[in-house]
Amino acid sequence: MKLITAVVKPHRLDEIKEALQAFGVHGLTVTEASGYGRQRGHTEVYRGAEYTVDLVPKIRIEVLAEDDDAEQLIDVIVKAARTGKIGDGKVWSLPVESAVRVRTGERGPDAL
Amino acid sequence: MAPAITLAAEAPKLSAANTGFMLICSALVLIMTPGLAFFYGGMVRVKSTLNMLMMSFISMGIVTILWVLYGFSLAFGEHNSLIGWNSDWFGLSHIGLTELWPGYTIPVFVFMVFQMMFAIITPALISGALADRVKFSAWALFVALWVTIVYVPVAHWVWGADGWAYKLGVIDFAGGTAVHINAGAAALGVILVIGKRVGFKRDPMRPHSLPLVMLGAGLLWFGWFGFNAGSWLGNDDGVGALMFVNTQVATAAAMLAWLAYEKIRHGAFTTLGAASGAVAGLVAITPSGGAVSPLGAIAVGAVAGVACAAAVGLKFRFGYDDSLDVVGVHMVGGIIGSLLIGFFATGKGQSAATGVFYGDHTFTQLWKQCAGVGAVLAYSLVVSAVLAFLLDRTIGMRVSEDEEISGIDQAEHAESAYDFSGTGGGVIGSAAHATALAATQTKKVDA
Repeated sequence: MKLITAVVKPHRLDEIKEALQAFGVHGLTVTEASGYGRQRGHTEVYRGAEYTVDLVPKIRIEVLAEDDDAEQLIDVIVKAARTGKIGDGKVWSLPVESAVRVRTGERGPDAL
Repeated sequence: MAPAITLAAEAPKLSAANTGFMLICSALVLIMTPGLAFFYGGMVRVKSTLNMLMMSFISMGIVTILWVLYGFSLAFGEHNSLIGWNSDWFGLSHIGLTELWPGYTIPVFVFMVFQMMFAIITPALISGALADRVKFSAWALFVALWVTIVYVPVAHWVWGADGWAYKLGVIDFAGGTAVHINAGAAALGVILVIGKRVGFKRDPMRPHSLPLVMLGAGLLWFGWFGFNAGSWLGNDDGVGALMFVNTQVATAAAMLAWLAYEKIRHGAFTTLGAASGAVAGLVAITPSGGAVSPLGAIAVGAVAGVACAAAVGLKFRFGYDDSLDVVGVHMVGGIIGSLLIGFFATGKGQSAATGVFYGDHTFTQLWKQCAGVGAVLAYSLVVSAVLAFLLDRTIGMRVSEDEEISGIDQAEHAESAYDFSGTGGGVIGSAAHATALAATQTKKVDA
């Protein structure tokens, strides 16, 4: 199994969810995140005092996948997340040792 | 404050209309203090929101009681040109319910409560300069002492029938000197003594909720009609209505002026700029709105908007931590409004005195305004600084650095402003429960 993590622009969430559902993914976890890459931040002004805000709001999507599906699933996410502008984010995967469905106790790929 | 309208022939009678109007105006002035609390509360970081709200709220408690006990008597009793006293008013114990305020058509009680609301908001205004760092007990004591030795005498000078500034002919319709310069200069005096917030100029200190700031500014704008128009104490000659109109006009002009300045200087029309500009306009028209024409009010508002927008940057240049710009908005706005009377007074409003641009084109009124401004500014600055110094040396004005960094809300109020977390922010019930839980955890480790 693989854990696929995507840190992407918040407004792409709906497209990514729809694309993953169409691909047959039944569950995912979304967290609000903030960070920066090459995009860096923006400037805000309060009564003339200028602040550089370098942490940009992002969402982090986490999906568990079977080994054979992982690369294809990454492609699905990347395609749905891409706007072509700087700050689109990153997607990566890691090997997963074990997974359990809490309700039934099923283990391994059955738990996905 | 209106001159007595006593007709030689007959004494004024109680007017139900004016009395009702003044009671409503008193409630309007009161709501400015919670409005101010939100205006300030939204501007601080999350960790000191409640403290900022409470610094204003506590004034509604403390000053109300002091005003009833002795404040009103000291401020408005006839005694001498520097301070008032009327023993009948001590504790309001010998005031008849229908006894009229001398020369007016409203009861003494109504005038007293209207003025109480002014005494409440004035120390609350100072709190914005002291964000994040003042012990609440020290602040409460400061409010009580400051109202007693600064606000009360200054109100007497400016509005008391035998106050020296009133007799000199200084025009202050609703509190440009007694409220705004007074609070702004006090703020400057106190911050020069207690110093900066930890991380001033180094850490970003952006407002945590601009919607709260806008809500507060809206409440202030609304309540200010009572503050300003009510200060004529009645509606028999239309001057109160002129004040009402000018309040709206100057505020609009100042908001637009601040926004224009910001757009040119910093490239954006900010909501904080709109709220600040509106307040700057309200401050500047407070002393002047009964003396100027609506076109004059546009000028007063526009000058105040630009000047205050420029003045709020000075704290970074000179390194004094006027946290939420009480000096930059209230002191500067109050000075501008008070001095511009010397130029724009038409002689057709609250009095026949004219400014440089009207009548005989003399500087007479301008010099009187300078005297009022200078005296209030100097007195408030010095006495407030000394008061803060004495409090700091005795009970201490500031919370510890650790408490300031981790947040004054928790240190001084044992609360958090917001709980947005799905997990309840790790709240585990009562303190007793938490102790029990910790005990079981310890036991488990032992086993």
